[in-house]
Amino acid sequence: MAGYTEEQLAKDLENSEYQYGFVSDIDSDVVPAGLNESVIRLISSKKNEPEWLLNFRLKAFEVWCSMEEPEWAHVTYDKPDFQSISYYAAPKKAKKYESWDEVDPELKATMAKLGISLEEQQRLTGVAVDFVIDSVSVGTSFKAKLAELGIIFCSFSEAVQEHPELVRKYLGTVVPMTDNFYAALNAAVFSDGSFCYIPKGVRCPMELSTYFRINAGGTGQFERTLVIADESSYVSYLEGCTAPQRDENQLHAAVVELLALDQAEIKYSTVQNWYPGDKDGKGGVFNFVTKRGLCETKSKISWTQVETGSAVTWKYPSCILKGDHSVGEFFSVAVTNNRQQADTGTKMVHLGRHTKSTIISKGISAGYSQNSYRGLVQIQKQAEHARNFSQCDSLLMGSVCGAHTFPYIECKNPSAQIEHEATTSKIGEDQLFYCQQRGISEEKAISLIVNGYCKEVLNQLPMEFAVEAQKLLSISLEGSVG
Amino acid sequence: MLKIENLHASINGSEILKGLSLEINAGEVHAIMGPNGAGKSTLASIIAGKEDYEISSGNISFDGKDLLELSIEDRAREGVFLAFQYPVEIPGVSNVNFLKTAINEIREHKGLAPLSAKDFLSLVKQKSALVDLDASLASRAVNEGFSGGEKKRNEIFQMAMLEPKLAVLDETDSGLDIDALRIVAGGVNALKSKENATLVITHYQRLLDYIVPDFVHVLYDGKIVKTGGKELALELEEKGYDWIKSAE
Repeated sequence: MAGYTEEQLAKDLENSEYQYGFVSDIDSDVVPAGLNESVIRLISSKKNEPEWLLNFRLKAFEVWCSMEEPEWAHVTYDKPDFQSISYYAAPKKAKKYESWDEVDPELKATMAKLGISLEEQQRLTGVAVDFVIDSVSVGTSFKAKLAELGIIFCSFSEAVQEHPELVRKYLGTVVPMTDNFYAALNAAVFSDGSFCYIPKGVRCPMELSTYFRINAGGTGQFERTLVIADESSYVSYLEGCTAPQRDENQLHAAVVELLALDQAEIKYSTVQNWYPGDKDGKGGVFNFVTKRGLCETKSKISWTQVETGSAVTWKYPSCILKGDHSVGEFFSVAVTNNRQQADTGTKMVHLGRHTKSTIISKGISAGYSQNSYRGLVQIQKQAEHARNFSQCDSLLMGSVCGAHTFPYIECKNPSAQIEHEATTSKIGEDQLFYCQQRGISEEKAISLIVNGYCKEVLNQLPMEFAVEAQKLLSISLEGSVG
Repeated sequence: MLKIENLHASINGSEILKGLSLEINAGEVHAIMGPNGAGKSTLASIIAGKEDYEISSGNISFDGKDLLELSIEDRAREGVFLAFQYPVEIPGVSNVNFLKTAINEIREHKGLAPLSAKDFLSLVKQKSALVDLDASLASRAVNEGFSGGEKKRNEIFQMAMLEPKLAVLDETDSGLDIDALRIVAGGVNALKSKENATLVITHYQRLLDYIVPDFVHVLYDGKIVKTGGKELALELEEKGYDWIKSAE
């Protein structure tokens, strides 16, 4: 696998422009810019939503209006003008396809550029892809096979229509609309996203995958994802992001809620590669995401993320370890280059007894970027014999970037066992020289060293994702030495 | 193969090499000996292309090419190999991955197709036996947690894998016990051919009992002050470097 990647790398490295910076010419149905109650009613009616969901949105809007944009993160940016954003865009020909032959050729071309030909994925890897372009899901595959097992994997809108009882029961239970500014905004205006339900005792036989993508200019994207793993079930969920190049900043404020019921396991992997802006920090996506999972008894939630994109990232995939013997894991690689800023990490909240969490965070900063790890390990009073292990490593490339670590530990139970390790290092001149003396070019040497440094995290990713992630790491660190 | 003419080089303003000349032909083994600070490791670094040094005059040609004009990696691809005195660790990168990348970069430079995984692995098996390197070391991260002896053996293993035209061994004997020394030297001797050449840089005559040189050069104060056959090494061992110094 590694060998394959290396060869691909050479080709990728030739192109120093943002690889996925193209705009597809698909007609969009865009709601006029601005946010008020009538826009929310319009979104809701366009999506033909039941009244309880409209009320949910309106309540969230009310909450949002009373909130301030948070400023505690170690990032600086021009705050988005929420009244100049259009809150809904859907491809005009948003109809369901019976077969892939019917799919708009333009759309297929887009997918080909992303290197994720759906047909090929279906045939070769058995991955079911729910491809989201600008908020409306245009195709869901493998549905029939999943349906046999009682697995529901569909767009959020579809779930609202077809499984309203499940959506209503769980929506907002892990990330309440009052949680934070962006979560409230998302609850008010979320456009679409993915919904997944794994029934009791079912082990999902394939990786479930959704490729998100921002397409229409100036359209904020507000994805909502809800994954419910019922008792003793298992699911591995992949989320991959690429965004086309844009001059103005694009706001991305997603909410992901995971529920692992008793003895269930959810593995949630993300490769995020939104447009990071140009060398001077112009353009780029603002990525303000709320991701959280709730673990019931003996369940396990594992977050793995490779973050290479976005101008500003603000993201803390977290676990609420509510049930006894539940397990939370967070594996992260965050790369920042040029003027990118990332403030990312996790929260592990230990409520149950014998709960266990692991945090492995690898930050890589290059150029003029700022990369912060922010983590909270909280052991509540009743959480007897809770255990946490945290490891936060930072790798610096060049002398004008920044790496910061903000680890918070709150322990209210003396039986807890908490370990924290942290390192900061630079890619050594002598490491580079050693590689080059063996005939390896500088760019490839950097890629080798960086991939080695991130290995513990990359190993957590499913194979095909790991390959993609390695490529992304190299692309985003291009030209960062010398 | 390698021709160094009147080389002057300095680092941070102080001159280390002061008019060094050396010629090495294919099929030859040369040894450079000399006291601490004579410029032995500097010479190795300059041949490999380390950028810390400033070359004020002189030139180096390698197979007719101007070596000083080539990048570090291009020198390696043309067949220059440096066995490091202190091999660095690269955490998380397996030896196998590292070598596969290196071999394929070199092959690409030569216009050859990448080596297949099968051919590569059989090469690993064959070459690791040369230096008695445990197969498990090949899959471990480059030099990470290796003992001093393992690191040195790994250098020779890499040399065997990359098949250079000119191998420069920089103090390869330092930190080796007598058994390891024998293994390392055995590896170097097994790789010797009419087409390649070896430059051994060492403090002590000991290594030269195992790797027998055709020529021994004494490097002192940035210049080669004496050249002879293998008996010169013995003479040096007996009389010490003061003998050379007083001869100046």
